Amino acid sequence: MAELLRVATAGSVDDGKSTLIGRLLFDTKSLFTDQLAAVERTSRERGDGYVDLALLTDGLRAEREQGITIDVAYRYFATPRRSFILADTPGHVQYTRNMVTGASTADLALLLVDARKGIVEQTRRHAFLASLLRVPHLVLCVNKMDLVDFDREVFEKIKEDFRRFAAKLEIVDVTTIPVSALTGDNVVSRSPSTPWYDGSSLLHHLEELHIASDRNLIDVRFPVQWVVRPRSEELQDYRGYAGQVAGGVIKPGDDVIVLPSGLTSRVAGIDTYDGPVDEAFPPMSVTVRLEDDLDVSRGDMIARPNNQPTVGQDLHLMVSWMVDAPLRRRARVGIKHTTRSVRAMVTDVSYRVDIDTLHRDEAVDSLGLNDIGRIALRTTSPLCYDPYRRNRNTGSVLLIDEMSGTTLGAGMIL
Amino acid sequence: MPTVVRVCTDRDHWFWRRVAGVGHWENWALGELVNVGETVGGAVGSAILDGYIGETRGFRVPVTGYELTHLQMLEAEAVHIFREVAAEFERPALLFSGGKDSIVMLRVAEKAFWPAKLPFPLLHIDTGHNFDEVLAFRDRRATELGARLVVGSVQAAIDGGELTEDTRPGASRNQLQTPVLLDSITDNRFDAVFGGARRDEEKARAKERVYSFRDEFGQWDPKNQRPELWSLYNGRHRPGEHIRVFPLSNWTELDIWRYIAQECLEIPSIYYAHSREIFERDGMLLAVTPLTQPRVGEVVVPRQVRYRTVGDITCTGAVESTAATVDEVIAEVAATRITERGATRADDRVSEAAMEDRKREGYF
Ligand SMILES: Nc1nc2c(ncn2[C@@H]2O[C@H](COP(=O)(O)OP(=O)(O)OP(=O)(O)O)[C@@H](O)[C@H]2O)c(=O)[nH]1
Ligand SMILES: [Mg+2]
Repeated sequence: MAELLRVATAGSVDDGKSTLIGRLLFDTKSLFTDQLAAVERTSRERGDGYVDLALLTDGLRAEREQGITIDVAYRYFATPRRSFILADTPGHVQYTRNMVTGASTADLALLLVDARKGIVEQTRRHAFLASLLRVPHLVLCVNKMDLVDFDREVFEKIKEDFRRFAAKLEIVDVTTIPVSALTGDNVVSRSPSTPWYDGSSLLHHLEELHIASDRNLIDVRFPVQWVVRPRSEELQDYRGYAGQVAGGVIKPGDDVIVLPSGLTSRVAGIDTYDGPVDEAFPPMSVTVRLEDDLDVSRGDMIARPNNQPTVGQDLHLMVSWMVDAPLRRRARVGIKHTTRSVRAMVTDVSYRVDIDTLHRDEAVDSLGLNDIGRIALRTTSPLCYDPYRRNRNTGSVLLIDEMSGTTLGAGMIL
Repeated sequence: MPTVVRVCTDRDHWFWRRVAGVGHWENWALGELVNVGETVGGAVGSAILDGYIGETRGFRVPVTGYELTHLQMLEAEAVHIFREVAAEFERPALLFSGGKDSIVMLRVAEKAFWPAKLPFPLLHIDTGHNFDEVLAFRDRRATELGARLVVGSVQAAIDGGELTEDTRPGASRNQLQTPVLLDSITDNRFDAVFGGARRDEEKARAKERVYSFRDEFGQWDPKNQRPELWSLYNGRHRPGEHIRVFPLSNWTELDIWRYIAQECLEIPSIYYAHSREIFERDGMLLAVTPLTQPRVGEVVVPRQVRYRTVGDITCTGAVESTAATVDEVIAEVAATRITERGATRADDRVSEAAMEDRKREGYF
């Protein structure tokens, strides 16, 4: 069983994400006394009627003033069974980019819904984003059950509404739990208020879940990050290619091909500071030596001759667009893919996805802030890539503004 | 019987410990001695004990089932970050204070570029209010690594009239670090600066990206951070702007200590329990030093203490402790109910948003 689970919250503004994270920390006694005292003090000073556990993650001044989450907060806690990285993300549509930040590395999304409001547009947007990002697990938390008298009908209706929507998405594993973040029902232990619910508490579920690994251990992919040349007397001839394994299992003696050049060689050894290793697999950071002296540099990809990524300049992507200025055909953008940075031109905006219906709107010619859609790009030089669904590491790209340097969007290669 | 240097605490191989002298390991459960480089079978699988690179290092941990331990995952992520920055920036520097986080950060950096040397210098912002043990340690470590050490001095800036010291009682030089840091960055034209800050330290830090963008004034804009997706880091910046990089973002205090144990890292002695003349102020335990003197009514007593963070001596408090070894510190940290900064840092107590405000101005 894996030791670490990365969790990100999702869902519309005010549905209770931060409160739920606070409740998880509080009820598992993961809070330090000074943190709790600070939160109690702030709540008291503001005149809240109760201790606002959302303050545990809403740590910025502006967040506290407005009572909303603006950017992701990371919290860490461990139970005897597992350790967790919790990313509490904002629900407000204006900060969707920060939700994507939190979800891009998550193994599990905690999608919250306010029991009184049910599924709203932002719930659908976040569910869709989680499925696009291929977050392997989703827990739908029907929250604020205390405000609907823990009514089973309300819960079942939301569960069914979501099931119908999610059927159109590629979400494999969905679990639905009725909770109250405010009162703690079904968060750490099963609640007497929901005798009709026979599933496990949220914490129990998070601890026992068998994590579907998103790692690809089949296709060897090693993007060269840095060439190690010690330039010292005793290591004059040392030349190693440092990087983090992006896929597959690499072993000394393996035949390899360096892309895009196509030169072939064999793995002479895999070095780490802690000694050579017999195998390297994701997400290990290692240094690979080759038997032949080839011209290999940052941005090159090492793969197996009989299992190569696509090498090409024409890419089709799903993108989540994160800035006000619309994305249009002919736009020039910077691209960062694995360890390679290139320029690209947008050759086509194929469609925008309607978040409510998931229909493709093919009439559009641009994508606006927070839109999700499909585009085509032509890059100035070739990339070595795989479809995102096959490998998150070799299938993801950043779109960057060449002038200001800001990140414009997240792209997933189709 | 040779003297035991330390017990390695790594999960499967905890029963091996290194013995003094050249290249011997001992299985303390079975009483076996082996030579470096020998393959040994133990109660829990087998390990190859190697020591051919350094004297104080542990041995290689065989990985099975293609799973990494939590620490190995954190380390792999941090190594990746170091290499990205070295490859994409022109003039990075690593903030090295001699504190535990920067010691861990330095070891990870060493691993990232091994067997080559670090491709960037170390930078220390010296407040002039340091623990002597820590400065001595800083210099020794830099020499060992053959790394260049750049020191930005708060004292020099005060002496040169660029900064005015707040001399009111209780004032610290923490505030003054920021302008000196920013000047050092500008003067050396550093475009990326590695810091050992962790997200679990403080609520504003919990919000920070791994690559934290700073404008030409060194300011952090928490309301407008760049998205940070997957492990694709965007280091683009314009001249004058720079990026603070936090490779240990996802580490907790406990992870740091476990790593110190795993790597047999040496740390300044003040992190372990020792006896000091102590007085209490605002609930903090302060040591009697030339810079921190008890006021009337503050009683000085000798106490067994250790430090959880080492910062400016005037605003860093000690905690009562009997933990004299890494393993005892780990046990203590695992059981503590107070955050490391909450217990010991007066600089964070100024206001609820003290850290956020300092960070906006350009603090680490
Ligand atoms: N009655 C009740 N109120 C709740 C519950 N969960 C959250 N709330 C309240 O709902 C409000 C919003 O909660 P937050 O946790 O800040 O919501 P959020 O989802 O984090 O909001 P954003 O991060 O801004 O998207 C607060 O006033 C909470 O106290 C619940 O289970 N029951
Ligand atoms: Mg929130």
